[in-house]
Amino acid sequence: MSDNILEMRHITKEFPGVKALDDVSLSVRRGEIHAVVGENGAGKSTLMNVLSGIYPHGSFDGEIYYNGAPCCFMKIRDSEDLGIVIIHQELALVPYLSIAENMFLGNERGSSINIDWDETYAKADELLKVVGLRDSSHTLIKDIGVGKQQLVEIAKALSKNVKLLILDEPTASLNESDSKKLLDLLKEFQKKGVTSIMISHKLNEIAYVADRITIIRDGMVIETLDMSEGNVDEARIIRGMVGREITNRFPAREHHVQDEVVLEVDHWSVHHEQYSDRTVVDDVSFDIKKGEVVGIAGLMGAGRTELAMSIFGKSYGSSVHGTLKIHGKEVVLNNERDAISHGLAYVTEDRKGNGLILSNPIRVNTTLARLDKISNHEVIDLDKEYNMAVSMKDLLGIKCSSVEQLVGNLSGGNQQKVLLAKWMFAEPDILLLDEPTRGIDVGAKYEIYCIINDLVSQGKSVVMISSEMPEVLGMCDRIYVMSEGRMVGEMDAVHATQERIMSSILSVNKGA
Amino acid sequence: MSSKQTALWNKTKTFLLKNTMIIALVLVYLFFIIKSQGRMFLPQNVNNLIMQNSYVVIIAVGMLLCILTGGNIDLSVGATVCLVGAICGVLMVNLNMNPYLTMVICLLAGLAIGLWQGFWIAYVRVPPFIVTLAGMLLFRGLAQAILGGLTISGFPDSFLSIFNNYVNIPALDSGAIHYSAIIFGVICCVIFAVATIFSNISKKRKGYTVENRLSMYSKLVVICAIVMVLMYKLSLYKGIPYILLWLIGIVSIYAYITAKTTFGRHFYALGGNEKATKLSGINTNRIYFSAYVNVSFLSGLAALVVAARFTSANPAAGTNYELDAIGACFIGGASAYGGIGTVSGAVIGAVLMGVLNLGMNIIGVDSNFQKVVKGLVLLAAVIFDVVSKRKAIKAAA
Repeated sequence: MSDNILEMRHITKEFPGVKALDDVSLSVRRGEIHAVVGENGAGKSTLMNVLSGIYPHGSFDGEIYYNGAPCCFMKIRDSEDLGIVIIHQELALVPYLSIAENMFLGNERGSSINIDWDETYAKADELLKVVGLRDSSHTLIKDIGVGKQQLVEIAKALSKNVKLLILDEPTASLNESDSKKLLDLLKEFQKKGVTSIMISHKLNEIAYVADRITIIRDGMVIETLDMSEGNVDEARIIRGMVGREITNRFPAREHHVQDEVVLEVDHWSVHHEQYSDRTVVDDVSFDIKKGEVVGIAGLMGAGRTELAMSIFGKSYGSSVHGTLKIHGKEVVLNNERDAISHGLAYVTEDRKGNGLILSNPIRVNTTLARLDKISNHEVIDLDKEYNMAVSMKDLLGIKCSSVEQLVGNLSGGNQQKVLLAKWMFAEPDILLLDEPTRGIDVGAKYEIYCIINDLVSQGKSVVMISSEMPEVLGMCDRIYVMSEGRMVGEMDAVHATQERIMSSILSVNKGA
Repeated sequence: MSSKQTALWNKTKTFLLKNTMIIALVLVYLFFIIKSQGRMFLPQNVNNLIMQNSYVVIIAVGMLLCILTGGNIDLSVGATVCLVGAICGVLMVNLNMNPYLTMVICLLAGLAIGLWQGFWIAYVRVPPFIVTLAGMLLFRGLAQAILGGLTISGFPDSFLSIFNNYVNIPALDSGAIHYSAIIFGVICCVIFAVATIFSNISKKRKGYTVENRLSMYSKLVVICAIVMVLMYKLSLYKGIPYILLWLIGIVSIYAYITAKTTFGRHFYALGGNEKATKLSGINTNRIYFSAYVNVSFLSGLAALVVAARFTSANPAAGTNYELDAIGACFIGGASAYGGIGTVSGAVIGAVLMGVLNLGMNIIGVDSNFQKVVKGLVLLAAVIFDVVSKRKAIKAAA
């Protein structure tokens, strides 16, 4: 019974300012399907990255024993050589190569100067049969759906002679029948002696396949449950996932909500930007009042970012449907400029990729959305710009040598403040904040919460998208819950609990 | 080292880093002056430096806008120069059209080429490299077809004088020294000094931080000294060439646009982070479009300058001009990733290339070897950019 294929002991991994894993121990029995559950940011993916060698030996504390022998993986290859294969949530396939080429990428058949294509395709076809995929291995990846791509990833893992398969949310982008197929496949493999670790949010799937469940929260293992013991129910898992005390991490809130509805979104639907047959936001309606902080809770990939960006001048998505009312008047916002001039601001979750110009100083970033405020007939008043930037910097308490400092040289928390400064400078009525505290330390978070409170006390309205439930509960007046592109719940903050939010998210997964 | 010395050293270091290319230019110039026993600094050669490089400066200013949008380049500028020059030759010489009307048509032709390329690049999103590579073949081919492979010469004086003549005020310029040049230099210096001091005063009054007084005045003195030496040299030759006035005009306009207008700011933002720029409500397509319209328009203008300088339109005109212009921008500190670069930098880069050309000609470097030197200088400039940026990222991490 205690034949463990894998033991991870006392793993601690720190990122600058954050302890992602804190003394985590995990043991996996040979031949079992082991589920790892936890909220976004709990440390599940970090743990798997430690295991697979993405974070090399030495960059974390603790030991890994595989088949009883200690391991020091320096790179992914090292773990793959031992039969540990990880399949990431974001599939790593090259769209314009064939299935076979993808399967043996980096592991080519034949010799390095003479690839044996016949063997490649024959072997690929054979493995495709094992995973139950009937397409030819000559098919290009771009021509098959996500479900089949997931199967190709698994076939690829098989080609590496996998002993321990790690799947990071394998069914996140699959529909019901594809998910079922995948889970059955895992059970097949189990019979053949392959051990699997599966990260998932979908409790019904876990109940279906898993032998044991490990719950991780805030970088720590809460408990490991054995499904065969029969006392495991969803309520218990949810409690384990979210059951932390909310202490004084939020500034005191006053109620500023007024009766006037400033933004009303009605039957809003958005399709995926590249795959236009995929609906990412499905018939969503919500509204926000003046002076209100409305939270949109949910897991990553629930469609919240897509919702916010599509409202903000259709900056995301194809065939955006639905009506939008600002201050009671129906408007059509065709581009970002329109959105800004109607008093909207979208503060992106990806501050480095979509929000800031890292190679430019704070001053330039602060004024970019509203250059008209500091210019006269298109001519910029540089002195005025400098002064405005300084006053925004002081208002938000951005720590820097001067506003001429390049944004790329600031810490994450200060970058986030520059991003907020930029959009507050735009003087919006409604701010759509997308994960406003992602990746910043607790102190900076507190300051950003204070800024949000200031904004609503001035009569602004804030939509806060966040995957951190305590934050949603601690900061919002009203909470919407989104899951798989749909609004699945609405509750007053007073009546909301983490358990309620989590169960409305999960109820959809189960029903679908 | 005492803390005072460290501070001084740091200040010197930032000064050197900020002005690397100016210092490099001065050193290279001095090197050639010494090597050529002063011939490099003869009034005629100072004049030649301006005449020979005018077209590079004009095209480089336009090229800078393209590079700012994200390291994109325009390969078609040389072909554009050739085509517009051919149109100019056919209309003005063969068809005897009014020179001024012809010039307007030529500038419009440059503009039309820009609209054509800009449309594909900005609105259809064909990669600029491909569009301008196609343009390079297309416009060169059209030019050769128009010229039938022959050279057209015999431009009217009224056209040539616009670019080739010198300022000549009878009362001042009849002697050996052309006083108009010196007076012009003095006026420039006075305007520059007054503008600097006034902006400083107004900054102080509004309570803004002002530049260190020492560095402000030393900069003022150095720039004025350079201007006066240049003008003195020109006054000993034929005075101020008209082309210098053209250059001052074009460079000032574009320097102002890039530094002081919202339109110019958009170029830097786009090159720095396109997505962030778009989400800030800026129409990024229009920025790409205007970059390519501007560079083609300026190439059209350069075509007139080139036609006037060579007093002919020939099928090989403009060959490799794109490389000179791109090189000038990168040597002048523009980033190969976009978002960084200044008009003054591009001008300095163009002048540095010009000094290299002229200097190597004067001291008699083999023309094949000249290319080797220019290639190495360009590579060194870009390596400097890449390495210093990597250092900056490391320092931040």
